[in-house]
Amino acid sequence: MGELANIFIKSAFIENLALSYFLGMCSYLAVSKTVKTAVGLGLAVIFVLAITMPINWVINTWLLGENGIFGTDLTFLRFILFIAVIASMVQLVEMVVEKYSPSLYNSLGIFLPLITVNCAILGGSLFMVSKEYNFAEAVSFGLGGGFGWFLAIVAIAAIREKIKYSAVPPALRGLGMAFLLTGLMGMAFMGLMGIDPAAY
Amino acid sequence: MADTAVVEKNQGIQFGKKERKLLTDPLNDNNPITVQVLGICSALAVTTGMKNATVMAVAVVFVCLFANVITSALRKAIPKQVRMIVQLVIIATLVTVVELVLKAYAFESYKQLSVFIGLIITNCIVMGRLEAFAMANKPYESALDGLGNGIGYGIILLMVAAIREFFGKGEFYGYKIIGPSPEYAINTLESSLFGWYQGNNLMVLFPSAMFVIAVLIWAHRAWNPKLVDVS
Repeated sequence: MGELANIFIKSAFIENLALSYFLGMCSYLAVSKTVKTAVGLGLAVIFVLAITMPINWVINTWLLGENGIFGTDLTFLRFILFIAVIASMVQLVEMVVEKYSPSLYNSLGIFLPLITVNCAILGGSLFMVSKEYNFAEAVSFGLGGGFGWFLAIVAIAAIREKIKYSAVPPALRGLGMAFLLTGLMGMAFMGLMGIDPAAY
Repeated sequence: MADTAVVEKNQGIQFGKKERKLLTDPLNDNNPITVQVLGICSALAVTTGMKNATVMAVAVVFVCLFANVITSALRKAIPKQVRMIVQLVIIATLVTVVELVLKAYAFESYKQLSVFIGLIITNCIVMGRLEAFAMANKPYESALDGLGNGIGYGIILLMVAAIREFFGKGEFYGYKIIGPSPEYAINTLESSLFGWYQGNNLMVLFPSAMFVIAVLIWAHRAWNPKLVDVS
């Protein structure tokens, strides 16, 4: 159990997908203009990461691995299957949410399709493969990674809401400033690097 | 209108003003990174050195070009409801080709780029161009559009990589230019003129890519004021 908590903490803070690896930057920059929408997208990312990570683990190990049901190394199909799983899961989640919770659907609605092309989702699955996690660790990594991404986008949205009223040079306004802020936040998060949660 | 259509049909493949605009627009007014803000993830992660950035830029140009052409050729056969999945499968197939080629012929780069090759799939430029352009235009124009966007992306990538590699490690494309040992062309230990020089380690780390791109955006918008964000 402690091992899983370590992975959660590590993926949420020390190896934050958004601020240490800069994954999912397109939607991170596009949707962080207000806190409300940022929260919606952040929640959707947690949701989809937590669902796709275990499924992709099962596919990678039992379908594509050498000890899987086909008995041969099919890992060259990894990209196609992973992205297909992500795309269909997003579609499925969208339909289920629409049916059972229209209010959640209305708040998440437009963000769900965006998530398919969020690199944090595919990147998370690929990191999971390269780090050789087992099933429980993959679930924990998915939840932690999603939570870290959620924190990052809500934080930058809050800063961007405030900075709207500051005297920023016109050419730097908006996008340029968002980049500088993310860089500074990334530097702050670098301070956490090298911490080993297992040691505490 | 009808006349131009006939002319176009008779001449077949041509390269006029409209075609040139398709190719050059993404280099400046509609640059994928500094204006459309697409494909940032890989731009940040692979720009620590020129070598990786070149491999990445070539890979993206290839994927962007062929994904655009294939999608455009199939655009009438793709049902609207499942178009995202179809597009992603086309892109994923091309990226798999790139991955296998790199694995076979450039294993060093393959190891260093690791997951970021796979992330070309979710590189928003490719997907964005498919949605915005290839689904509505003929293969030839889509090819130009894909090529233009790929190159526009690659140029920024190489600029960021050149700045980061030089100031971070004192190297350019792996050639050692300035640094504190005899292997470098300018040896700062012996040279009295450049004795003050010290490589900036921050430039090798991730956040510096953010700063470099922010400064590039700033410079680009100052030079081309119509791009300034008014909101």
